[in-house]
Amino acid sequence: MLQGFLPQLLSGLWVTVQLALAAVCVGLVMGILGAAMKLSPIAPVRWIAEVYTAIFRGLPELLTVLLVYFGGTVLLTAIVGDYVEVSAFGAGVAALGITFGAYATEVFRGAIIAIPKGQIEAAHAYGMSKLLTFRRVVLPQVWRIALPGLGNLFLVLMKDTALVSVVGLEDLMREADIASRYTKEPFTFYMAAAVMYLGLTVVSMAVLHRLEKRANRGQRRAAS
Amino acid sequence: MSQADNAPPAPQTAAPTLEVVDIHKRFGGLEVLKGISLEARDGDVISIIGSSGSGKSTFLRCINFLETPDTGLVRIGGEEVRVRPGRGGKPGIASHKQLERLRTRVGMVFQSFNLWPHLTILENVMEAPVHVLGQNKAEVRDRAMALLDKVGIAAKRDHYPNHLSGGQQQRAAIARALCMEPQVILFDEPTSALDPELVVEVLGVIRKLADEGRTMLIVTHEMAFARDVSSQIMFLHEGRVEEQGPPSKLFKDPSSERLRQFLANHLH
Repeated sequence: MLQGFLPQLLSGLWVTVQLALAAVCVGLVMGILGAAMKLSPIAPVRWIAEVYTAIFRGLPELLTVLLVYFGGTVLLTAIVGDYVEVSAFGAGVAALGITFGAYATEVFRGAIIAIPKGQIEAAHAYGMSKLLTFRRVVLPQVWRIALPGLGNLFLVLMKDTALVSVVGLEDLMREADIASRYTKEPFTFYMAAAVMYLGLTVVSMAVLHRLEKRANRGQRRAAS
Repeated sequence: MSQADNAPPAPQTAAPTLEVVDIHKRFGGLEVLKGISLEARDGDVISIIGSSGSGKSTFLRCINFLETPDTGLVRIGGEEVRVRPGRGGKPGIASHKQLERLRTRVGMVFQSFNLWPHLTILENVMEAPVHVLGQNKAEVRDRAMALLDKVGIAAKRDHYPNHLSGGQQQRAAIARALCMEPQVILFDEPTSALDPELVVEVLGVIRKLADEGRTMLIVTHEMAFARDVSSQIMFLHEGRVEEQGPPSKLFKDPSSERLRQFLANHLH
């Protein structure tokens, strides 16, 4: 099947999955940090977050990948003082994670603001510190509100992993590319890749649906 | 000082359970609290009444610093939090740790319940004792179940707040306050958000607590209820204590003309 290229495509698929999962982890952390910074009472902290989201929502993802890949090598070499090469995978995780984080900052910020003030007051009235209130009262509900938005961003992120193939990462896109050139049957292999990407999307949507259902425990279904 | 702390309770001479001294609060140009003080002894039920805008809710919220007063002092069971005008005109609280400790000794029941919707009723009640006081989960659970039973919603313990009626939510909120074993419970218009037929069940629970000798401060519009359960009534008008005393005196023979008018409008 697929002229013996199936194992390569599957290994590419596995790289794509790893890249997407690693980048989303980085991105979620960046997003929560970004949102917390944007809601900070300290103005310079807010400005840093504003600059961050302005830059990485403004740059094309492909450019961010290239900048991180080539710029990262220069930067790390300068810092360490010895030649350090950034791996394509590392650059991909960083670039996609940072971009996801910039968008997720806005999603989280909206979700945090949406939590009724009375619940936070109740937490404070019972002696919870700001940090404990955030962890026990705000965060668990932020998930519920933010999940649909984050799910969307994740689907976009998964497609953007294909961009990392330009710096040589052997992901699904690149494996399909190699196979199509070798066999001179581009349509077959790009079609196979398309089916695999769609498969990933379907699986992701199912997982997101379950997460949303779980997060919505205790909420009224209609109304509100 | 320490002798007084260890002395057996003697109603006349013991230090008050709660002492609030000279609370001032200003919102922009408007001074809503113009120096209010209050002392509550063990078992006191003090109802704070007054027309809207009199500052009664703001005063209650200053006691656990949900509103930061501009100046003033709150002392409860040896914990003291004092506010002084800080630099730049912003009021400053000396120690946030101390404030958090004070808050664990003051229960609060809100007008709109403010239960946490992502936790079940039982989890709501257990949350602060377990995560703030660090108490043993199994013990807190037993206590929480007993309290839910007491307020009559034990059967709803595994439900989420949004699936309960307002009256049930408020009773759960009262159980949540009790589970902290506070020295004082503050009620901020506990029945104002309820349908008339649900008011009775919540007032019934509060009445039961009064009979048990709990120390409580109640901001309320339910005059008949206030008259029945309170040991003291405090009538606020435009940020000042206009009149204060036992309900027998205030409701039958108010000295202040303003209180007379207020009661004429609110007592039927």
